[in-house]
Amino acid sequence: MKYLPLIWHNMFRRRLRTVVTVLSVTIAFLLFGFLTAIRSGLEGGVEVAGVDRLIMVDRVAIINPLPLSYRNRIVATKGVSAVTHATWFGGYYQDKRNFFAQFPVEPESYLEMYPEVVLPQAQRAAWLADRGGAVIGRALADRFGWKVGDRIPIITPIWSRRDGQAAWDFTIRGIFDAGKEGFDTTNMLFHYEYLNEGRAFGNGLVGWYIIQIDDPDQVATMSAALDALFANSSSETKTSSEATFLQGFADQVGDIGAIFTAIVAVVFLTLLLISGNTMAQSVRERTSDLAVMATLGFSRWRIASLVVIEAMLISLIGGGLGLGLAWLAVTVGGDPTSGYLPAFFIAPQYMVLGVGLVVLLGLFSGVLPAWQAVRLRDVDALRRTV
Amino acid sequence: MVLFAGIAQVAAVTAVNVRTIPQRWVSSLVAVVGIAGVVLVVVAVLSIGAGFKQAMVSRSDPSTIVITRASSTGEMDSVLSRDEMAVIANAPGIANDANGLLVSGELYVVVDVPRVSTGGSSNVPLRGVEAQGLAVRGNVEVIEGRLFRPGLNEVVVGKSAANQFAGLKVGDTHTWRQSEWVVTGIIDADGGVPDSEIWADTGAMQSAWGRSGFQVARVRLTDEQAFTTLSDTLSTDPRVNLTVERETDFYAERSQVLSVFVTTIGWFVGALMGIGAMFGAVNTMYNAVASRTREIATLRALGFGAIPVTVSVLVESMLLALVGGLLGGVAAWLVFNGFEVATINWQTFSQVSFTFAVTPPLLIGGTIYALVLGLFGGIFPAIRAARMPLTVALREL
Repeated sequence: MKYLPLIWHNMFRRRLRTVVTVLSVTIAFLLFGFLTAIRSGLEGGVEVAGVDRLIMVDRVAIINPLPLSYRNRIVATKGVSAVTHATWFGGYYQDKRNFFAQFPVEPESYLEMYPEVVLPQAQRAAWLADRGGAVIGRALADRFGWKVGDRIPIITPIWSRRDGQAAWDFTIRGIFDAGKEGFDTTNMLFHYEYLNEGRAFGNGLVGWYIIQIDDPDQVATMSAALDALFANSSSETKTSSEATFLQGFADQVGDIGAIFTAIVAVVFLTLLLISGNTMAQSVRERTSDLAVMATLGFSRWRIASLVVIEAMLISLIGGGLGLGLAWLAVTVGGDPTSGYLPAFFIAPQYMVLGVGLVVLLGLFSGVLPAWQAVRLRDVDALRRTV
Repeated sequence: MVLFAGIAQVAAVTAVNVRTIPQRWVSSLVAVVGIAGVVLVVVAVLSIGAGFKQAMVSRSDPSTIVITRASSTGEMDSVLSRDEMAVIANAPGIANDANGLLVSGELYVVVDVPRVSTGGSSNVPLRGVEAQGLAVRGNVEVIEGRLFRPGLNEVVVGKSAANQFAGLKVGDTHTWRQSEWVVTGIIDADGGVPDSEIWADTGAMQSAWGRSGFQVARVRLTDEQAFTTLSDTLSTDPRVNLTVERETDFYAERSQVLSVFVTTIGWFVGALMGIGAMFGAVNTMYNAVASRTREIATLRALGFGAIPVTVSVLVESMLLALVGGLLGGVAAWLVFNGFEVATINWQTFSQVSFTFAVTPPLLIGGTIYALVLGLFGGIFPAIRAARMPLTVALREL
């Protein structure tokens, strides 16, 4: 790498242009990182779905409840290793704007079903022992500044209380973290029994079942077998893998998601076009320099590789800065839409894709001028000016 | 006189500049395409928000009033008993027509219907309306087939929902809650919310869904001013605890999250991408100045002032930006205006169908943004052009 100083000097032949080029590459990749985080958010956690988990909901619409009595029949089905359930509580804290998701669950079986819910042992025990207790996700705790031991009243328009009081009171017994990046921690979990005893109607109904199966390859067969159990009943079911279920939620966003992806592609290509052109131009301007080097005895391939390395360097500096800034903005800055997205993170595969694109940009913006440089005859090149 | 001479100088220098653009067409094209891309993206993203808002709010009627339970967050989780419905029907300020009082007791649930484009599941809203449901809204009409008959399991489908979701054409049937429902007609609400919904008779839905009461009431005011009378009467009545809102306000609140999301993304992407495109313009203009160093220096030596030279570079940069802005705006209009989509509104947990609206304010805003980018992209190269030392510049190749 004795040529590094030469490359370095070439890069700063026009310092301002190099800085501008690096910055435009930086911005392209900053946007890339940011938009992939939004995309992961819109996909609603499909990437973190468990392969052996099935979700069973009412066939007509997810908002219709299922009977608690289904539980035993599901457990008794061959191939099912565990089952738990959850319900939509639909409440808010003090004001309708402070809406967040709360799920009444069966605590022990739910925590076993979701190892992604990481809760300290002492807090877990405290929650299990307190029927009016709840655990909240880290993101939710940060949003309202809640701590373990706080008492919070939640108002829900769905479940009126048998005793006529407006709010349901909860004591926070624990704060859970995500055991896997992208797992939703914007919600609250509490005892299903607390809801079932306190509510004025709907006793013995749950929202949906989460079913663990022995063999992840049997998703289709198991789903069909489980739905067959409840065919022709008043609450027919629709069972699918957790990934399909979450994908179903993502599908609700519809073509907007696809349009969004197309727009990202336009953004990215435009920015690459701009920076690629600048990089190529800076080489074209130096044609006569390159010709001088050739007459001095540099082999054409060496000259070409110097050109490619320079382009690659600009791409790596700009792209590295951009991806780094995006990661920082997403991880530290958080969701710019304040809560529209359930998850907001740059998935590892997009980081890898980003790095790949950085390398590709360096190659493509360097190869064309390098090829021109190789092809030139010295006499012509020496004669050329700009 | 001095001013006139200045303008004449600017015009002369700019004319020289513009005439040399063909010699530098690649880098000029890159600047134009860059700015066109920015405007295309910003206008396209913002047109999603504009279209959504138009469907939810502009096409709603301020004389149509939505009445829900006070603690509810929307129609889906509201409950109204028959007694509460009776109190509402007796309140002052409600209009009449030949068929009686303009009041509709309604149900609001979602049913899972596959999307035409992807086959994915979608929460399509199914609304129960009473006999006066159409008259209460004022702008809903049946454009194909006929209305459902009271008490029967028949539905009519909004025209956008019929396009976006499978099996919602006249004559199609669906099994919901163990009974068969047949589509008998298509309704048109001029791009408003009913175009996204499926409507059935409230009574038929009450028996299928096992409900005795209602979820939400809609009434039509005698005139827009009657709102206060109606609202005051209902809010002071101790028998009921209700929220009374104009339909426009009701939907404005429930379109907030998605609009803010789309607008935030639109401006965020637009701003960052704009900076990138500006770098492209900066580079193009530096290039333009560099390639004309001798010409500019000659003009300066002939007595042209520094300001005309500066301004001429800015004008050229803004001209390129204007071309880019117009191209981007036209492309956005051609590709996206009137494009129909359905997406979920998480605030109502149901699908809303709407068309992208590339509105004149968006196009004007996009063009202004392009000009601003062109101006900032031209400033530094313009200053360089004016500051060039003559002797050095004249010696340049």
